[in-house]
Amino acid sequence: MSKLSRPLKFAIFGLLALNLALIAYVTLIAPRMNASVLDTLGRGDYALEMTGGETFTQASLKGAPSAVFFGFTHCPDVCPTTLGEVLAWQEDLGGETPLQVFFVTVDPERDTLEVLTDYVGWVPGVRAATGSAEEVQKAIRAFKIFAQKVPTEDGYTMDHSASVLLFDADGRFVETISYGTDHEVAMGRIRGLLGV
Amino acid sequence: MKKLNLRKILRLGRSVAVASALVASLSAAQAGNMTHDHGIKAGDLRIEGAFSRATLPNQPVAGGFMTVSNTGADPDRLIGGTADFAGRVEIHEMAMSGDVMKMRELEAGLEIPAGATVELKPGGYHVMFMDLTRALEEGQEIRVTLEFEKAGKVEVPLQVGARNAKTMKHNH
Repeated sequence: MSKLSRPLKFAIFGLLALNLALIAYVTLIAPRMNASVLDTLGRGDYALEMTGGETFTQASLKGAPSAVFFGFTHCPDVCPTTLGEVLAWQEDLGGETPLQVFFVTVDPERDTLEVLTDYVGWVPGVRAATGSAEEVQKAIRAFKIFAQKVPTEDGYTMDHSASVLLFDADGRFVETISYGTDHEVAMGRIRGLLGV
Repeated sequence: MKKLNLRKILRLGRSVAVASALVASLSAAQAGNMTHDHGIKAGDLRIEGAFSRATLPNQPVAGGFMTVSNTGADPDRLIGGTADFAGRVEIHEMAMSGDVMKMRELEAGLEIPAGATVELKPGGYHVMFMDLTRALEEGQEIRVTLEFEKAGKVEVPLQVGARNAKTMKHNH
């Protein structure tokens, strides 16, 4: 070491210190930052009208495990497919411990409570939520969902996040089921969530 | 410690996605061959496994799915269509960008390259039926007249599958 020049020694110590700081960040600080962001998922002062008459707020996520996903009725593929998947989940659970599911529209302009009532009515345990553009925006922000109106030739469509978000009975975010997840994999996560 | 190269990871993710899409379409194509669906022939084009899905209550749109093979030496292009149960028929692409579903009309249509098989399937390219005039029910057969640049108008029957059907049911 004594043969090394002073600037080189400084450089080596500097690099070492930098590495230690990076390790500390990756192992200690970053997970905590992520955890705190995820813990706030679903928290907000949104209040939406829900099929069945109740109001959808952050309190709706408490009391029982739940699944939340966002979509719209003019959706050609993802939303009907996801509702079909939810039906398959409920059938697999056998009806004794149904998962409570909230479908929140990203298109309140076209998705009225009346339209949504029939749209989700055929799947047990599913309630749909809509409201003013402002309240829906609040919910979109609270769940950190991406939703964007895209003009088309004679109207518009919506780009939106397609994952299902799972919450425990305390309303804490657990994990997601992304679009196209294998049925058995999804069932594993749901059974884990429900403890069945 | 090596710095994480985000761009590299994204690129890798994209290649993996493309590769899995290829594998998926290959296996789907194989599954298609195994059904005894002889499909529709129109010039150099062959259309097989055409299906749609039962609509949800108040669902004003539906997708049409099929494989189109071009056995000819020239490319063709699916540019549009008409159906008696829909106000408009468009050719769309759905794509997942991360977790986000994006849907776009293919304004120039969908190219069917010479010698290639193009798959229209849930989560990808599809015929989009808009302003539905009636609900589509499982078990029905519906008809769409597709329009190709070279092969012209082709009437294609579609089997209406379950609400979450991924392929055409094996019908004998």
